[in-house]
Amino acid sequence: MTSDPARPLRDTIEAVYRSESRRVLATLIRLLGDFELAEEGLHEAFAAALDAWRTGLPENPRAWLVSTGRFKAIDVLRRRARFDASIASMALEYEAAQADPCDGRDESVADDPLRLIFTCCHPALPADAQVALTLREVCGLTTEEIARAFLVGPPTVAQRIVRAKAKIREAGIPYEVPAAAELHERLETVLRVVYLVFNEGYAASSGRDLTRAELSDEAIRLGRLLCDLLPDPEVQGLLALMLLTESRRHARTTALGEIVLLEQQDRSLWDRALIAQGLHLVERALSQGHVGAYALQAAIAAVHAEARDAASTDWSQIVALYDVLLSCAPSPVIELNRAAALAMRDGPAAGVALIDGIFERGELAEYGPAHVARAELLRRLGRVAEARIAFRRALDLSRLEPERRFLAHRLQTLGEDPPAH
Amino acid sequence: MKYLCLIYDEERTLAAMSQAETGQFMGEYMNFTKDIKANGHWLAGHALKPVSSATTVRLRAGKLTTTDGPFAETKEQLGGFYLIEARDLNDAIQIAARIPSARIGCIEVRPIQEFS
Repeated sequence: MTSDPARPLRDTIEAVYRSESRRVLATLIRLLGDFELAEEGLHEAFAAALDAWRTGLPENPRAWLVSTGRFKAIDVLRRRARFDASIASMALEYEAAQADPCDGRDESVADDPLRLIFTCCHPALPADAQVALTLREVCGLTTEEIARAFLVGPPTVAQRIVRAKAKIREAGIPYEVPAAAELHERLETVLRVVYLVFNEGYAASSGRDLTRAELSDEAIRLGRLLCDLLPDPEVQGLLALMLLTESRRHARTTALGEIVLLEQQDRSLWDRALIAQGLHLVERALSQGHVGAYALQAAIAAVHAEARDAASTDWSQIVALYDVLLSCAPSPVIELNRAAALAMRDGPAAGVALIDGIFERGELAEYGPAHVARAELLRRLGRVAEARIAFRRALDLSRLEPERRFLAHRLQTLGEDPPAH
Repeated sequence: MKYLCLIYDEERTLAAMSQAETGQFMGEYMNFTKDIKANGHWLAGHALKPVSSATTVRLRAGKLTTTDGPFAETKEQLGGFYLIEARDLNDAIQIAARIPSARIGCIEVRPIQEFS
């Protein structure tokens, strides 16, 4: 293998790309008012760096990249202007604008990543496009990586992103952090996108692997970024929830990829550093007056994290937290989770009664985890025939292979019970 | 930017309102219109007569067909519109949210296509 003198520079630039490219892009989008143009500018700036940084890195690489990216983008516009006169005036406009965008406007530049997140997660964009656009523009994932993560074809992802950018342009979605009056509502959408990405990474909805760690990492990274930029209790709550959930990753599956239930997990495999961070954030989130759904879910996860072993779990506190959660965010899924916790406190029969109640209302009929929870409780009650039916229903609804193996194994176990006489 | 705010209500719901409720609803509309005119957002706006008064016109291969009613039967019916000037979509959304029908029906916010 021949040694390449340009290697160290390329490595440095790659490192700079990893740490700075997203922030540079966010600023370029604000300066140029166009996603595609900003991306081209970014690309050209890094290409120029390969040459210009041979003699050493600039004092402020990010400012250099923004400045260079902007000029390169204007060049791109000028080249296009030869074919389209209306673009020529745009190019002149950008040139006339402030010469040094990074100086004296630190506050503005610092907010650029936030502007980008809120724009990508605008409620006027379709939900799947919000996710794709955020992963692409804010996290820097490629179209192929996003497609792989959500098990759709790359052309589908590409189309969602193209349409989203068109909608931003056509409908006039502004590149801004929402005003204080709208911030809380708009934050809801952002947090929903982040949580969706995290869940997709933590418990993939279909496919071979139980988890896709990279997606959860991206979600946590987004959560940390939001926490730095926005001191909001629900942001803290969501980050806490993600960290506490993530702390159990290595205990959640066996080496062969089989599911390990929470009560059977080897707690020495839980990441104590993540737990410590999560607990600290839960405390902060709960101490700011208004307690939201993410903070409450994080508090529930905290009770599990603090239990030395499954038997020491404070189920009464968990049920109490679910009671509060239900009052602020009523949903049949949360009712189901409460039922499972209540079963641990009051016995399986009480849990089954609650779940039956949910089904009787016509809800969660197609929700696999509801049937799994009911099946587990019926198994504990010795109601074997009913448990088998419930496990079979859960198996029919599951598209996740490790989960299907787990459920099939449960069915096998029940089938092997000696017949009643 | 110019946006058209299309106001959709369930006519049945409006018809079921008491006289007092209707009076209050109309009052809210008058206040809203006055407000956006004062703020320079209002470009145009009208209430429409109910869909029972609608006629749909199609010309195909030189043949004119007129049918009674709206172009499609929908759960909610177009009841009026505002043409507004707004800074951007967020601005337009905030204005549309204050249209009284936003509370019981919905408002479609559509950017105007400008041709140079």
